Amino acid sequence: MKRIGVLGLQGAVQEHLDMLGRVENVEPVLVKYKSDIEYIDGLIVPGGESTAIGGLLADFELTGPLKVRIESGMPVWGTCAGMIILAKNIANDERRYLEAMDIEVMRNAYGRQLDSFTTSVDLPGLSAGKIPLVFVRAPYVVSVAPQVEILLKLDEHIVACRQGHMLATSFHPELTADLSFHRYFAGMIK
Amino acid sequence: MTERYELNKNLAQMLKGGVIMDVVNAKEAEIAQKAGAVAVMALERVPSDIRKMGGVARMSDPKMIREIQSAVSIPVMAKVRIGHFVEAQILESLSIDYIDESEVLTPADEDFHIDKHAFKVPFVCGAKNLGEALRRIGEGASMIRTKGEAGTGNVVEAVRHMRTVTSEMRKVQGASKQELMTVAKEFGAPYDLVVYVHEHGKLPVINFAAGGIATPADAALMMQLGCDGVFVGSGIFKSSDPEKRAHAIVKATTYFNDPAVIAEVSEELGTAMDSIDVRELSGNSLLASRGW
Repeated sequence: MKRIGVLGLQGAVQEHLDMLGRVENVEPVLVKYKSDIEYIDGLIVPGGESTAIGGLLADFELTGPLKVRIESGMPVWGTCAGMIILAKNIANDERRYLEAMDIEVMRNAYGRQLDSFTTSVDLPGLSAGKIPLVFVRAPYVVSVAPQVEILLKLDEHIVACRQGHMLATSFHPELTADLSFHRYFAGMIK
Repeated sequence: MTERYELNKNLAQMLKGGVIMDVVNAKEAEIAQKAGAVAVMALERVPSDIRKMGGVARMSDPKMIREIQSAVSIPVMAKVRIGHFVEAQILESLSIDYIDESEVLTPADEDFHIDKHAFKVPFVCGAKNLGEALRRIGEGASMIRTKGEAGTGNVVEAVRHMRTVTSEMRKVQGASKQELMTVAKEFGAPYDLVVYVHEHGKLPVINFAAGGIATPADAALMMQLGCDGVFVGSGIFKSSDPEKRAHAIVKATTYFNDPAVIAEVSEELGTAMDSIDVRELSGNSLLASRGW
């Protein structure tokens, strides 16, 4: 069994836990304390508000231990706000959080709630059919370092990318019924 | 179920486990964001001041709302009077992230709430019981909150409303399928939404606590009672140390099941807002009785 944690400070936590519960050979784990971090094989940083999640990461001294585990190779996946938390650079914000991925992101890149949208795409290698994508006040990636693999672009903007054991998506697979990305992430865990 | 309505429910899901704070200017909005608020409610006067000043309370000045929108990166909400769909049109034109059709403002219509399906922008509405929650959802609300009794610093009404919704949901769940139409009639609730609650044991949208939350312990109480997050109105910026209290309520909302954390953040918060015993209020000063 792979123990996959979901950072449970704020946001769409239960949604990710529910999705993980449907993936074969995965035990979903709620991560709220330093002691939880030692016992997981991978971690999802969910959508929510990055300023709220980032502040709580610092307040409860989770930033350091998480950085250590990510640097030593623990697979991690950030969705929406989670992408901002993982990024080394944020184009329109001075705050920095886990600073793990060599990507520069733009927060609220599409605008306000009226600009939130859904679409669906073919992603060969990840899923046989079309995958629904939900963007809620979403960020996108402005630029990536050479070692970052771009998984998906939408209208010229990078919305999914992977750097070795780290994955980031602008959209929310946990708000759909489609398990493709959760299966893909579970596959990143050896 | 339109795609837009789903997206609006999705935004509410992103607010879960968080605190939404009332602010009256850009400076307070920045303090709220820094303390870890997941959204701010932009309004000219917090509920306790609305109580004191009396008169008609209306939607806030659009200029003030715009200033707050440009001051913070978190979602910005604002209130309209019950039934005042033109105030809602104005807020939609400002690209507000969420509209609160609120009993805290003076109702503009005593019979009809806004047809929220007519808008692209999402709405949150207050409810005292399950029937009221389902009526608002039927009208298009994509998020519900308890009404509580705003501006009192007294959590008793929020507790009552949350407990009422929970126990009525249990009743709906326990009813047999053939009883559901009669239940819908008793609650004055749309039949399809009663069926949803029967099948899922929860509301189809998220449900926050609001009205009277003044301390970290109040916030944790509402979370343990099953709320998805909390609104704090007058409780923060009417207290003696808003920054510290805001931060403490955020932490207590996340670690609502951890008394040690709640104890720690409750230390030396200074004095809470001026509070009112709800039993001393009557008639028109009971805000929760506005709307139906």
